[in-house]
Amino acid sequence: MSERAEQSGVTGHSPLWEVFVRARRGLSHTHVGSLHAPDAELALRNARDLYTRRQEGVSIWVVPAGAITASSPDEKDAFFDPAADKVYRHPTFYEVPDGVAHL
Amino acid sequence: MNGPFDFTLALADDALIAAQRLAEWTTRAPEMEEDIALANIALDQLGAARLLLSYAGELEGAGRDEDALAYLRDDRQFRNVLLVELPNGDFAVTMAKLFFLAAYQLPLYTALAGCADERLAAIGGKARKESAYHLDHGALWVKRLGDGTEESHRRMQAAVDHVWPYTHELFAADPAAPVDPATLRPAFDEVVGPVLAEATLTRPGSAWAPAGGRAGVHSEHLAYLLAEMQVLHRAHPGAKW
Repeated sequence: MSERAEQSGVTGHSPLWEVFVRARRGLSHTHVGSLHAPDAELALRNARDLYTRRQEGVSIWVVPAGAITASSPDEKDAFFDPAADKVYRHPTFYEVPDGVAHL
Repeated sequence: MNGPFDFTLALADDALIAAQRLAEWTTRAPEMEEDIALANIALDQLGAARLLLSYAGELEGAGRDEDALAYLRDDRQFRNVLLVELPNGDFAVTMAKLFFLAAYQLPLYTALAGCADERLAAIGGKARKESAYHLDHGALWVKRLGDGTEESHRRMQAAVDHVWPYTHELFAADPAAPVDPATLRPAFDEVVGPVLAEATLTRPGSAWAPAGGRAGVHSEHLAYLLAEMQVLHRAHPGAKW
């Protein structure tokens, strides 16, 4: 297996795709899973079968898994901990005036 | 064919036998995703078959429900076209069958959706959306295989050559039917021609036009298919499950 194939988790010929779906009444696309497909067109069609049961009015995004850069679990502390220390970064120091219902 | 019962039964049998053939692919398709797509299409066909069989049973008025019509008729009583009973062959043959069937069913169901019979119109309205998807899927693979590798092109052309003669039966004239199949031919040609061209495939010119399915005269394949499909029901007639 080539290094590239190993990276994308492919054992045969079809690369891996990540699938994001926005439901008909949904506000945003949510990651729902992944699948193998030879290209974007087939990935989209397969995603429609696998994840949406062909419901009308849903929106699907497919992205080649290789195009996604993820934050590393090893760097988690460096990435996220400082923010937790700095409470002044959190929007908790405001008095919410009475009568502001939707803040 | 004559009368709404025969017409409805013929469409039901097309869908039922197509569903049975597609279901044979389950766990055997080239890819997992394709496996699911084929099962999906099979389920669509079975759903349409059930609606049409139930309605045919009501039209007949002899007390036969969808199960009686599906499981207790022999091959001479089936009215499906020969195209749908052909063995699956390789993936290219299956895609040729699917593509041609969908290119016929889509205009058929679309026309049916506007016919005077309310039940048939409702069934047509539901099934045409599914047929559009089947057509899309079949066309996609015909193009990919035809314009793929040398080997896939060879197989796809062989599949088209093999299946093509059976498409003529789809359009046998029946002026008394709610939708005369002969009127669907232009829509079929309009879809099929460009797809074959884009797939770099040659449209067969054969004049051979096997037929007989609508009259209950089938190929040697149907009886085996029915034996497998009906074995349990015939062994335990009247059982509920």
